[in-house]
Order: sequence, then C-alpha cells, then structure tokens
Amino acid sequence: MTKSVLLVGVGGQGTILAGKLLTQGLMEAGYDVKMSEIHGMSQRGGSVSSHVRYGEKVESSTIEPGQADMLVSFEKMEALRELKYLKPDGIAVVNEHEMPSMPILTGDAVYPKNAIEEIQKHVKTTVLNATKMALELGNAKAANIILLGTIIKAMKLESIDWESIIKKQVKPAFVELNLKALQCGMNAVE
Amino acid sequence: MKYLLTGDEAIARGAYEAGVHFASAYPGTPSTEILENLATYDEICAEWAPNEKVALESAIGASIAGGRAMASMKHVGLNVAADPFFTFAYTGVNGGTVIISADEPGQHSAQNEQDNRNYAKSAKVPMFEPANSQECRDMVIEGYRISEEYDCPVMIRMTTRVCHGKSIVECGERVEVPVREYKKDVKKYVCVPANAKGLRRNLELKLAKLKKYSESTPFNVEEFNTSKVGIIASGPCYHYAKEVFGEDASYLKLGFSFPMPDEKIREFCKKVEKIYIIEENDPYIEERVRYLGFSCHGKDLLPKYGEMTPDVIKKGFFGEETKTIQYDDTTVVDRPPTLCAGCPHRGFFYEVGKRKNVMVSGDIGCYSLGFAKPYNAIDLLLCMGGGFSIGHGAQKVFNMAKDNKMRVVSVLGDSTFLHSGVNSLMDVVYNNSNTISVILDNRITGMTGHQENPGTGYNAKGQEANMIDIEGIVKAMGIKHIRTIDPNNINEVKTVLDDFLALDEPSVIITKWPCALKKFSKEDKEQFAGAFTKSMTVNTDKCIGCKICMKSGCPAISFDAENKKAVIDGIQCVGCGVCSQLCPKDAIEWKEA
Repeated sequence: MTKSVLLVGVGGQGTILAGKLLTQGLMEAGYDVKMSEIHGMSQRGGSVSSHVRYGEKVESSTIEPGQADMLVSFEKMEALRELKYLKPDGIAVVNEHEMPSMPILTGDAVYPKNAIEEIQKHVKTTVLNATKMALELGNAKAANIILLGTIIKAMKLESIDWESIIKKQVKPAFVELNLKALQCGMNAVE
Repeated sequence: MKYLLTGDEAIARGAYEAGVHFASAYPGTPSTEILENLATYDEICAEWAPNEKVALESAIGASIAGGRAMASMKHVGLNVAADPFFTFAYTGVNGGTVIISADEPGQHSAQNEQDNRNYAKSAKVPMFEPANSQECRDMVIEGYRISEEYDCPVMIRMTTRVCHGKSIVECGERVEVPVREYKKDVKKYVCVPANAKGLRRNLELKLAKLKKYSESTPFNVEEFNTSKVGIIASGPCYHYAKEVFGEDASYLKLGFSFPMPDEKIREFCKKVEKIYIIEENDPYIEERVRYLGFSCHGKDLLPKYGEMTPDVIKKGFFGEETKTIQYDDTTVVDRPPTLCAGCPHRGFFYEVGKRKNVMVSGDIGCYSLGFAKPYNAIDLLLCMGGGFSIGHGAQKVFNMAKDNKMRVVSVLGDSTFLHSGVNSLMDVVYNNSNTISVILDNRITGMTGHQENPGTGYNAKGQEANMIDIEGIVKAMGIKHIRTIDPNNINEVKTVLDDFLALDEPSVIITKWPCALKKFSKEDKEQFAGAFTKSMTVNTDKCIGCKICMKSGCPAISFDAENKKAVIDGIQCVGCGVCSQLCPKDAIEWKEA
C-alpha cells in the first residue's frame, strides 16, 4: 500500500529540507518514492506544502483530499487549513508555533483561536512546540528536523538509518544538533 | 546509480549524459532549475540569456556550428521564442537540439495556462511528454538521438508537477559526443523564401518519417488489462489515471505526442468498449482521437482547465469525492504572498499607491505584489516587459481627453527591463510619451530565486561578467530626465514622483537597492555597505497605536491589540527604515547592537 505524508507550513520554515531527508531515507530503504511540492512564491511568505508518497510502486505524486495518512503542520493555522487532506483515521502533528499572515498583521482578520481544539475533535493529534524545542536545543531552525522525527515515529520508520542520511545531507557543523532534534521529535509522539 | 531527482534536475542530468555542449535559458518557474543544474557541470557551457528568444537563438547557433544544444523556458517563454522556434523546424539541426517548455496547468505561478503542445503541432516540431523524472532523463537522451537522426529540433513538454516533483532516476555516465563538422549550406540555413519553400516541402518528408517513429517508439506504450475501459493519457496524467483506475482499465500512454501514433491509437481504440482521454489543458489528444473516428470521453466530463489530479478524475468520471474530515475551517485566514521584510520595492509602492489620478502599469516579478493590500498601487499586469509599453498606450489615450488628469507610472524590474522592457522604453521615448517609467533595480532576478542577469556582473556559473549599466542604456536612448534613487528613502521617492509628474516628456526613475534576500557580491558590499545589518524596534513609550507603520505592509510588523502598540519582530527586520519614516511620533528606533 502506498503511504502518503503531507508536510505543510510557511515559506522559509524548512519543509523542503525535511521532505528531502525523508524521501532520501525512504529511497535508501528500498521504497519507491515520489514527492511533489509547490514553491513558486514560497520565499514571499505564502503557504507551502510537500506531498510525500512511498510504497512498493507509487503512481501519483500528489496527495488528494482525504488521502493523507499523516499531516505534519509546521505552523498552527496551516494545520487547520489543510486538515481536509487527512484521512478520517489519519494522524495529525501540529507545531503550535503561530505565524500571522498579512491580513492578521494589518488587523483585517484575527488569528484562529480554535485551531488545535477543532483538529483534536476529529483526529488523533500530537501537539508540540517544535520551534521552542529547537530554540532550547540551540537553533530555532532545527524545528523542521524535530518534525521529521515525529514522522519517523508515527509512520514506524525507525529502522531506517537516519543518522547516516543526515550525515550525508547536512553540513557537518549541524549534524549533532540535527540528530538531537530528530530524537526529540521521535520522543514527542506516543 | 539511483538518485531522487526533480524533473528539472533529471532533464539537466539527461543533457549531461547526452554530451550536451551548450545550454541557454531565461529563468521562469517551473523551468528555472534546469539551467541552474546544467551550470554545475564543467563540461557544459551553460548561460543565462536576457530572454527566451535570445536563449533559443544562441542554442540554434550552437547547433548549426555542430554542438549539442538545449534551450529551456517556461510556457510563456516559448511565446517570446516562437519566432525562431517555427523557422528552426525548417532548417533542422547540425548538433542535436532539445527545447524544453515547462507548462503550468493550474497556474501555480504564471499569468496564464496555455497548452504548448499546440506549439509543437503548429511549428511541426516533434514532442515528448515525460510523466516522471526517469522519463525526463531518458527522453532528453532519446531526444538528442532523434534530433540528429531526423534532422529536427525536439521539444519536451513538461508540467509543474513533473518539473518540481521528485522521483527515483537510474542514471548513467556522460557519453562525450564530438562536435560535428560545420559545412556551409545556404539552402539549409539561409531561410530566404527561395530556400525556405524547399525546406517547407522537406519538413513534410521529415514528419512522415517521424510519424513512423511515433508508431514504433517504446515511449508510446500500451498496457492491456481489460477491454471494458481504455484510457489514453500523456504526462503525469498517466500516473493520475493509474492511481484511480489501477488494473480496471487498459492504458495507452503517449510519451511522444507529436506526430501522433495514429495506428497505435486506432488499434487500442478498437480493443476497448469505452475510451477515456485524460490530459491537462487543451483536448489535444482527444481531438486527434475524434478525428480518427472514435467517440470518447474527455473534456465533456473533466474540467477544461487546472490539473487532472486523481481527485479531479474521480469526480469527473464517477461523480464521487474521497471522504474527507468535515470540520469548521471558517476561522482560517488567507496567507497571500507578501513583499519580504526589507524588500526595496516597499518604499516605492507605499508612496505611489497614495497618488490620485495615477494608473500604475505593472509587470512580471516580485513587484507584481504591489497590486495587493495595503499598497493597492498596480492597475494592470500582463506579460514580461509589457509594463512600459502598455503604460505608453494608456497614456496616449488618456491624453486625448480635454483637461486630462490621468498620468501613468509604469514599473518593471532590472531583469525584466533587460529581458524586453528595453524595447518598450524605446517606444516611450521614440513616440514621446509623458509616462514615468520606473526600473525597480534590486540587483538580481528575484522572483525565480536569485539568478544572475546581464546587470548583476556575474554569469550563470557565478563567474565575473560584464555588468550592463542600466542608467547608461537609458541615457543612450536620449531620455533627458533620469534619476537614480534609494527607494528606502520615502522623501526621495516622493520628490522624484512630484518632479516627474510635472513634466510633459519621458522620464525614468531607477530605484537601486538590492533584494533583502540577496547574497551580496563584492560590488554590492561596496555600494550598499551596511545594508541589512541592523534592525529596528518600537519605543513603546512613544508609540500611540495609530497603525500608520502597518501601511508599509511589512511582515515584520504586527499589532499588539492588548497593549495597543506596534511590535517589530527583530528576527525578520533587516532595518530598511521605511516604517520609521511613516511614524508620526518617531517611535521606531534603531535597535542597539
């Protein structure tokens, strides 16, 4: 069976690197893998998403609404926006971090207060503050690797040699930080 | 060796393995990464051209001289390059040539959704349609082979999901192909009518041979599972269709879709009870199938625009949608793209957006966001380089009214100016327009992710190159009123707009400040010393909560509703200083280092 993981967030949050590490690991573990991402306007603070699908043989590279086994949101409001992609029995992981969009910054709209509650009403949800956790590890940018850790745990991919994937893909100075971040994320999921 | 590659990376890899000598492109989503990747290979001379027409023309020259050549562009880029494209089909090649068109079903980052398969048919250029990254690599290699065997340029039509989608690619090694001998052959390469008529006749002979190739190539492949339903699909639609129908349908996958394999289509259609055509954009395959005398379902059930992803196919053929979670998403707020913190376009749009009786003629680039709130500045936007010329035509008509008060301010970026805006500015000065033409020079091609251009002083390989002096070009055209300003200085923007709106002849403003995300070159470091090194903060004792600073539309500024004060995110702020000039209470101050 093909599995589908949807990573969503805001441009600049590192969803693309997390998706890259995930797909690299899956390929090296022998899976057929496809990833689709839209990043035309991503640097300008728009919503971004990476669709990752893996299995014995993967056809479509995109995840359709109601089909994702797992939704990993790097930002709280984005989780609520994209919840429609999750299977009714899928797993959600939400980074509590808030990034207000321009209509909120200008006071034309308010940041949703009910995001977590609304999501928890419908699906099994892990809520964590990956941004804060990463800061505690020494670098807010490692939040994406913490979230990658949640995927590995929730999708039962622990047997893949993630340490070697990270060593190959990440600058040496950041390897230790990223390995810690990965473990941190894995521990955050029951 | 197996790699996980995007379609763009796989095209570059295929070109490398095929021994390509020369490649040229103009950046455009989703095609940009093809040339960026080609530029990483020492064996390939890979260049950014000022526009797509120039890119294709350089590739044509490289081919005629005997090299294997590539030109890549986004779909609308082929409109710009259409002139040489059509006639190149007549001359044919010396060294094999592959032209990449990256189409955008669903318009993820483009102004239209045109289907460039029509170009292949219209120009009579053979065409491949890859469905995944492996095919991108394989079709490029095969493309060079048939380009040389049949003496024709070859087009590869990609789409966004193929360009930016990653899948596993089995790669090989580079095979060096010697540059072919150049022989002068005016009957082949000089397209005066006397020669071109012969080339036109000859093109039909080539197409007849290519039709045979289309019937035999393994890229047009049948997968027979059942006689109930037969699906004909091209590009990623093949995978989408298999995702939905699996083994419950038979497939004819068209990887080489011009010329069409009519016999293969006939054979397939005769074997199945129902024929479904699944393709993105126009009913290109469907019309051919109907022409061959088979009735089928396609655009009668599926949308005529957008992507044909599995959910769209399910809805079209079965009327059903996948079960989704029903939840309350009414509180979700849009997240439109915005000008970044420190964007040098901010000060200009803040000021021009306030003007009455001004039409702002826009262009393609990050500055297109000047149409949006809170600037509400730009009135129109159509195509690359059109800002100045569309503005010119508008001004001419406004001026026909008695007591006309409407003035046009036209804007475009440095890369767009060099792309084709330079011709538009000639029109403005030659036909004496009193429009104000503004070149928003942020020292880089911004929107597509920071590619060098002829104005930056570096080439596609990051080597030092001649730096075209934009102000010098404007001067050479004979424009008398030119001012180069710092767009972060609101007073300077205001003064130049006042001065030039009072003129009755052409004028040019150059706003010169680097993109806040740009990696500074050594020239930038000298010229813009100290830029983006500090940040600003709100002095809460002085802030009266008037929100005027928020009219700058900066993502680093938010409003603390509880304390009724503006807040600046010190991580995002790079200290352009625009907001501090708007503040009536001087409450925005430099942050102590």
